[in-house]
Parts: sequence; structure tokens; C-alpha cells
Amino acid sequence: MVDKVEIARRFIEAIPHAKALGLKLTTISDGEAAISMPYNADLVGDPRTGVIHGGAVFAALDTCCGAAVMSHPSAPGGTATIDLRIDYMRAATPGQSITAHATCYHITRNVAFVRATAIDENQDLPVATAAGSFTVEGL
Amino acid sequence: MARPRPEPMQVVKQRRDAALNAIVEGVPYIRFLNITFDRRGDELTGVLNFDDKLIGNPLLPALHGGVTAAFLEVTAVITLSWEYFFPMIESGEIEAEELFQADSVRFPKTVDFTVDYLRSGLPRDAYARAFVSRSGRRYASVRVEAWQDNHARPIAQATGHFLMPQSKPKAE
Repeated sequence: MVDKVEIARRFIEAIPHAKALGLKLTTISDGEAAISMPYNADLVGDPRTGVIHGGAVFAALDTCCGAAVMSHPSAPGGTATIDLRIDYMRAATPGQSITAHATCYHITRNVAFVRATAIDENQDLPVATAAGSFTVEGL
Repeated sequence: MARPRPEPMQVVKQRRDAALNAIVEGVPYIRFLNITFDRRGDELTGVLNFDDKLIGNPLLPALHGGVTAAFLEVTAVITLSWEYFFPMIESGEIEAEELFQADSVRFPKTVDFTVDYLRSGLPRDAYARAFVSRSGRRYASVRVEAWQDNHARPIAQATGHFLMPQSKPKAE
């Protein structure tokens, strides 16, 4: 089990854009994944407030959803996003890292369905939630 | 009763480019992704300048889906902000330099954003254009599409809803 997490972590962290965002895979198993993104001044959307841009939150959620699909026991390997919708509940608190949690709650031969949330250190109200569908592909 | 003499072209261009630069260059995340904007009159085209750090699948290789989404969202917000601020900048109500300095100047906020991935993004520049379907006092609805070599073969499209800046002290 430790090996699977380690392999998945290396896989995710080898993605050039995941590296650029500083994404760290913390959990991965059976269709669930968690990825954290440290606070980074380069990702700020409004310099007056220091709040992270929604686009960076989207990228973290998309990566996490893809990881959740790949970790599902019925998934043969690769995946690509078909569509992803994000609802932004509130601004992320400046200085705090953002963690995405994704669940692949259903998978067919062709399509995987995923839900995800993004939270910062205030875990009571998510920063954003996401829902999407992904392709199911062999490696 | 002759119409007033039009302003010299350089004056108009300089004012509009300064306003666009103030909106775009003030955002660190737009610099991080290296997105720039082409302006023709009031019409904007977003340009995602390719870099290796935008890759999401090193095997194909392809752009990261999150990058494509972020590019669409940035183009949508900037186009919406541009259409919102343009009349105020033209009338002299706001100076371009004030946009990111004055605390009173607020930008539209994303409420939700839905991205449709149509083709994998190739490792090269991408372009995007946004269409403001409706911009009301409180909410706006924006459609946006991105393409690379061929405008008729878009790589992604999206729609989003935005909360417009409230002129009165806000009750959130």
C-alpha cells in the first residue's frame, strides 16, 4: 500500500505543471485522493488582498480528480477530463495552503464521475467544490 | 453643429493600452501563466504563451487541464472587467493607474465555472476569446472558448457566472 502511494506521488509530482504549483499528493487509495498546494505569492489573483486566483484552485482540483480516477480499483490506467465544474464558496485565506479532496464515486467502462472539495485551514466551509466526468483509458 | 474633433490616435491608444496593462499586469497569477492580451478596439484575445511548466501529460505531451481552465477563466474575468471598466476609463471617471491601487475599485468575482474539454491542448500557444452573454447589476454570465492552430477546432469551451462589483459598501 505504501508503495502504491509512493508511485502515485512520484507520478503526480513529475507532471511539470504540478511541480510549478508545488502540488503534494498526501493520500491516494481506491478512488480517493488528496493533494495540497502551498501558499505561493505567484498564484495570487488580487495583489491587494493576497488571495489565490481561482484558476490555481481549479488546477489543483483537476489534478486531484484525475488522481482519484486513476486510483479507482476498476480504472485500467489513464484518464482525461471531459468536463469539470467548480463553485467558488469563498476566498481562500492568504498564507494558508489549500488541500483538495476528490472521490471517484462511480466508474463505467468509458466514464468516471468525480466530486471534490478544496479547503484551507478553516475546514468548516470549503473554498470551492467541484464535480466532473473523466474518460477511462488504458495506459 | 460639427461633431467635436476626434482625439489624436496616439492619445486614445495610449489611454486604452495603459488601462488594459493596469488590469492585466497587476495580477501575479496572470504573469505566472504568462498570459497576454491582444487588443483591437474594444475586442480582446487572450494569448497563453507556451512554456514547459504548463504541461500536464509529459507522455503526449499535452497542456494541463487546469492550465486550460485557468486560461479560460482569466480571459473571462479580464474581458468582463475590461467591458465593465472601459466606459469609466473612456469618460475619465477612473485613471488606469488607480485600478489596483484604490481599494474602492473592485473586480468581478467568479461564482462558478464549467469547462468542457474538447481536444487535448498541444504544447504550443493557445488563444481565447470571451463573450459576455449578460452583465447585470449583480451577476454576469460569460461564455469563453480557446483554440490553437485552427479557430474552428476549439480545444475547450467554458461558461461561468460572476458577481459584479457593488458600488455601495457591500453586504456580502
